[in-house]
Amino acid sequence: MAEAQINTYTLNFGPQHPSAHGVLRLILEMSGEVVERCDPHVGLLHRGTEKLIEHKTYLQSVPYFDRLDYCAPMAEEHAFVLATEKLLGVRPPRRAQFIRVLYAEISRIMNHILNITSYALDVGAMTPLLWLFEEREKLMEFYERVCGARMHANYFRPGGVAADMPDGLAEDILRWTGTFPALIEDMETLLDENRIFKQRTVNIASITAEQALDRGMTGPVLRSAGLAWDLRKAQPYDVYDEMDFDIPIGKNGDCYDRYLVRVEEMRQSLRIIRQCLEKMPAGPVRLEDGKVQSPRRSEMKRSMEALIQHFKLFTEGVRVPAGETYTAVEAPKGEFGVYLISDGSGKPYRCKIRSPGFAHLAAFEVFAKGHMLADITAVIGSIDIVFGEIDR
Amino acid sequence: MLQALQDLGDYIGANLSHEVLLVEFKAGELIATAQRTSIVRVMTFLRDDANCQFKQLMDVCGVDWPGREQRFDVVYNLLSLRHNQRIRVKVHADESTPVPSVTGVFSSANWFEREVWDMFGVAFSDHPDLRRILTDYGFDGFPLRKDFPLYGNVELRYDDEQKRVVYEPVRLTQEFRGFDFASPWEGYRGPLPGDEKAGGKN
Repeated sequence: MAEAQINTYTLNFGPQHPSAHGVLRLILEMSGEVVERCDPHVGLLHRGTEKLIEHKTYLQSVPYFDRLDYCAPMAEEHAFVLATEKLLGVRPPRRAQFIRVLYAEISRIMNHILNITSYALDVGAMTPLLWLFEEREKLMEFYERVCGARMHANYFRPGGVAADMPDGLAEDILRWTGTFPALIEDMETLLDENRIFKQRTVNIASITAEQALDRGMTGPVLRSAGLAWDLRKAQPYDVYDEMDFDIPIGKNGDCYDRYLVRVEEMRQSLRIIRQCLEKMPAGPVRLEDGKVQSPRRSEMKRSMEALIQHFKLFTEGVRVPAGETYTAVEAPKGEFGVYLISDGSGKPYRCKIRSPGFAHLAAFEVFAKGHMLADITAVIGSIDIVFGEIDR
Repeated sequence: MLQALQDLGDYIGANLSHEVLLVEFKAGELIATAQRTSIVRVMTFLRDDANCQFKQLMDVCGVDWPGREQRFDVVYNLLSLRHNQRIRVKVHADESTPVPSVTGVFSSANWFEREVWDMFGVAFSDHPDLRRILTDYGFDGFPLRKDFPLYGNVELRYDDEQKRVVYEPVRLTQEFRGFDFASPWEGYRGPLPGDEKAGGKN
């Protein structure tokens, strides 16, 4: 018994580490190779989004949401515009709702491509990233064609979307949905039964359904633990109640199941995209209510009232009736909620952003405890964290 | 759906008549205002009762109302997967009195309460690890309070002579321009120049 009894030591992981998926700093207490305790330090990307939104009009707040989860920008905008619409008491035209659902699902596939492939890269498989990033670029082109920007779209508006889809875009997206499934299958042949990938992920960081609920986990992480919970089904928003799709669930709640759930979700998103394109009606994409949305430019050349409406909307902003709401959407990473309080002025009184990654990272010790240091990268990849939304 | 939520509101009001001060509906959402001292009991009831089953604490956040005596709201958003319902629980707080922590009921409250402490300076008693979370190491002040300036108090830069990052008071070449003056359209309620003439004629 001559050996020293204290044999844990502290290891600093990040904030500049390629597999930390951003600026994550982990303080790990190690016993040999095994993680005994871990303390994530976040906030290195804190930009004060909530404070800034309190000083901006509702319209000026939308771009901040692109910059939260920059892997799936439009999904975040969706939550904010739905919350604003709820306070305003308006419903956008049907075509706008279809476009929003269409782009929310394109965002979901964008997010899952980024997550799955970079996660595979972290545990040693490089090819999926090379193959699928080309597809992700195509999705960004669809973004660009509809709003002019590859990533930070600023496309959704309270009361609709900024502009209608250009001619030919719907056909191109439909054509793309025909070619993409083959690439998912290619990727699955590389990963699903890959011995190294399974060694790195099966039975790593397993969680039970109880743990997932207690820790406030949502999205694919919750579903991998066997709970079929999806806000698109349970509390449908826009036209999700007209869509036919399935919710994939896992059994073991481990890193491998989270991967499988995401792959299947991409297929289901493709189904939704096809249905959107088939069912999308013609018609306006924004409300013609001058109190909510700016009048048309041509209108402003002729009408004094339209000019006044435009001036008021861009100086004071939309006056949202006093009230409060917690509105959540099923973002690719989980439940993304906006708790919005309006005091009746043109600016939000308080806008709290509930990001799924924050809860997942808070539960990091549940995932990581008792695993090897090398598994930490697999855990980070599988819970799909992005620091834009965690640090806000 | 709405009827079920109203029944639930009545049920909670009846069962927690001492702990819950007010149950109300706003925009189809159920909001309960609870007493600060009994928040742990309220949350335990909401989690465990068969008619509630709010197993998930989705969010805890603070709201600052500087005009009020107890200036902060702490807002808990809960979700029940079983009944597919949401409820919002609010308690009032001020700078000096701590709110009992609900980390014992929901583990997810740990980081959410740290964030409220960091942003608003509302303390939580019995919290296992009440440190700042989002702001910089050594940060001073509570940024989301309404009296905290938008542009902060300090700015930092890399100083080449000292070879390290230095903190300095914020110097702005131009103030932040909020154009929210008393609006001549709707916001301004006082007398407008010329109004007295109109009044004199009538």
